[in-house]
Amino acid sequence: MHGFANPARFLRIARWLTVPLLVSGLLLTGGALAWGLAAVPPDRLMGETVRILFIHVPAAWLGMAGWSAIAIASLVELVWRHPLAGIAARAAAVPGAVFTAICLATGSIWGRPTWGTWWVWDGRLTSMLVLLFLYFGYIALAGAIQREGGSSRIPAIFGLVGAINVPIINRSVVWWNSLHQPPSITVGKSAIDPVFLVPLLVATIGFSLIFGGVVLARMRALLAQIQAEARLRRRALDVPEAA
Amino acid sequence: MREGLDQWTFVLAAYGIGVIGTLALIAWSWIAMRTAERRREKTRRK
Repeated sequence: MHGFANPARFLRIARWLTVPLLVSGLLLTGGALAWGLAAVPPDRLMGETVRILFIHVPAAWLGMAGWSAIAIASLVELVWRHPLAGIAARAAAVPGAVFTAICLATGSIWGRPTWGTWWVWDGRLTSMLVLLFLYFGYIALAGAIQREGGSSRIPAIFGLVGAINVPIINRSVVWWNSLHQPPSITVGKSAIDPVFLVPLLVATIGFSLIFGGVVLARMRALLAQIQAEARLRRRALDVPEAA
Repeated sequence: MREGLDQWTFVLAAYGIGVIGTLALIAWSWIAMRTAERRREKTRRK
């Protein structure tokens, strides 16, 4: 793992991976969504709105996966002082927030014709909304630390503390009565018919590849910004450059 | 289906939000990356 701590080595790998991840993700996602719109039959209970799940479920998974990535990267930054971990955590925050917002919006749109309401304050929906606010807080905090100066350990601690919400989201439909259905996919088991499950898995893989490509692009942007600022600072102080 | 709502309107609205949100995220991140890398190259050449 420490081999990737070298920004030059990381950049070589990231340059090679960013475009393939984005292109393969776009192709898989586009194919799965077209499949979901045109080829999947309406569900017996949900009717045509079952198609919304091909966006809603991957977005929910990536909203939670994004914060899990922030928490892991924060732990690595705090314990091992890995130089890229803080950058990885910051890069995962915006895509995580976007997918959480997409999950909430598409869930609300699905709820209106299915449940008869846009929103209910139950455990799953509320904990997902809390996740969105945690993302906003993290993005604001990390941005302020970068602008004003300060320890990068502060957003890392925030990232770790906020991770308590991820298992709450996951278990909310089991712990509390909810309009939201209990987990349909558990380890090794699925209650979903293969006619819906296969395009759902393809869409989830596609969106995940896009997420990976976006995180790499944002890490490259943050690294380039840091390197340019360091160079300008050295020049202002008239310090000879190493490279 | 409740209240005679057209389910396809909801499906298309959800797809619109999902697709536009994802494409906007990709475009924003790509442009930010290219701009930052160009700026880094400029500081290298100066």
